[in-house]
Amino acid sequence: MEHFLDTPANPPATDPVDAPAFWARFAPDLPADQVLWSEIMPGGAHWSCIMPRGSSLRIVDLEGGANLSLVLYSAREKLERYSMPDSLKAQHTAHYSRGHVLMSDMGRSLASFTADSVGWHDPMGALLDAATCARKYGQRNFEAARNAMYRNGKDGLLIEIGKYGLTKRDLIAPVNLFSKVAVDEEGRFAFAHNHSAAGDFVELRFDMDTLIAYSSAPHPLDPNPEYAPRKIGLAAWRSGVAAKDDFCRQFRPENARALHNADMQYLA
Amino acid sequence: MTAAAIRIFESSLQPAAATLDHYQPAGEPWLHEVKKGQTLRIVDLEGNQAADVIFYNSQDVSEHYSASNTMLQQGGIYLTTGTVLYSNDGNAMLTIVADTCGRHDTLGGACAAESNTVRYALQKKFMHSCRDNYLLAIQHADVGITKRDLVPNINFFMNVPVTADGGLSFADGVSAPGKYVELRAEMDVWVLISNCPQLNNPCNAYNPTPVRLLVWN
Repeated sequence: MEHFLDTPANPPATDPVDAPAFWARFAPDLPADQVLWSEIMPGGAHWSCIMPRGSSLRIVDLEGGANLSLVLYSAREKLERYSMPDSLKAQHTAHYSRGHVLMSDMGRSLASFTADSVGWHDPMGALLDAATCARKYGQRNFEAARNAMYRNGKDGLLIEIGKYGLTKRDLIAPVNLFSKVAVDEEGRFAFAHNHSAAGDFVELRFDMDTLIAYSSAPHPLDPNPEYAPRKIGLAAWRSGVAAKDDFCRQFRPENARALHNADMQYLA
Repeated sequence: MTAAAIRIFESSLQPAAATLDHYQPAGEPWLHEVKKGQTLRIVDLEGNQAADVIFYNSQDVSEHYSASNTMLQQGGIYLTTGTVLYSNDGNAMLTIVADTCGRHDTLGGACAAESNTVRYALQKKFMHSCRDNYLLAIQHADVGITKRDLVPNINFFMNVPVTADGGLSFADGVSAPGKYVELRAEMDVWVLISNCPQLNNPCNAYNPTPVRLLVWN
């Protein structure tokens, strides 16, 4: 479990607010003058932010075997949100990798997978909830363990979306980055243990102004008997919007139309 | 209950004894309350018609069917005899007690004007769709269900396998005229059905057809 105390000192008041340059540790190739912020997220934690159209997020599995459950909503109209079935059906896929886009229920691309060293991210496995977390790992609460308590992904995301007025009714099926859940001929799930390695990363480009909430709690199908969620590196930068020859736009005709539908919202 | 490919199980319930016997025309919505302990049968009258269904706890509509929890609890993607349909709160909502089709989909979702522009062509957006059906039914019913509650649904009679390399395919043809699925309600539920009007997909031979709905006490 990550120690929450080993963060660097606050930057001097004269430095830019993004001065703790975590990104230089795990994403040194990013253009320094374009980086907006970066952070290192402990395993089991949760957070949320609004990513503007034309920005990107590099998400790095710092230790190997990480899971990051994320949900996305249009920041303009939170009734519009990532749709697992729409995205899977339109792209004839049951996993995500470079080229795929995360479509909203309104036929628009919220975000695109512009880079991926892992090759398979899980859209089906759902979230670890409190009951499952306690059954698998036992109880470890704040009183006993302070910030090393066991946190689950569902409660983490409920807290985050609650900050924006969303309730449990709005908690959608998440994307589980760095996790692989294959399906056999009988339809049964098979979780790939330690699917991603230390240093593996994925990049999401935001095609709309997007509220993103994420949790680094374990995947619910992770067979590890120990509660051992991994650290995640996050770096946001100004990447620009999808060009005409963008890889994701050209990946499938459906993706071109979903990006077109997103572009239509930003005509000004 | 673990996931399995096909589990055929015939019901002993007789249509003559049903308390409700409803003909649902092609392409139309239906919102109906089924009480705890009652049994609902959906009959695919002409074959390969998708009945797109979402369930809500009728005592508290913030509790709804969860495709994710249902798949997670049974460890796989297909719904068939023995499958328990779970809610977003982790409660059993209904149990599939009989099934002569043997496999149903909960990954493919319901069609919408907007998703039709993505899947087929930008110009398809004015066609009738399942989510228009859902919205029409819930706007009129005014029982507290809104667009935010239109969650990933079940497509009864549809077969949507996942391939070994993580692809999603549409392998229609598991259903046939007269095949049915039967569900016992484990709580009082709203049943929200769109009898799918999709005209762009070969799975129903571009021909939406009616279903029959029966309820027993």
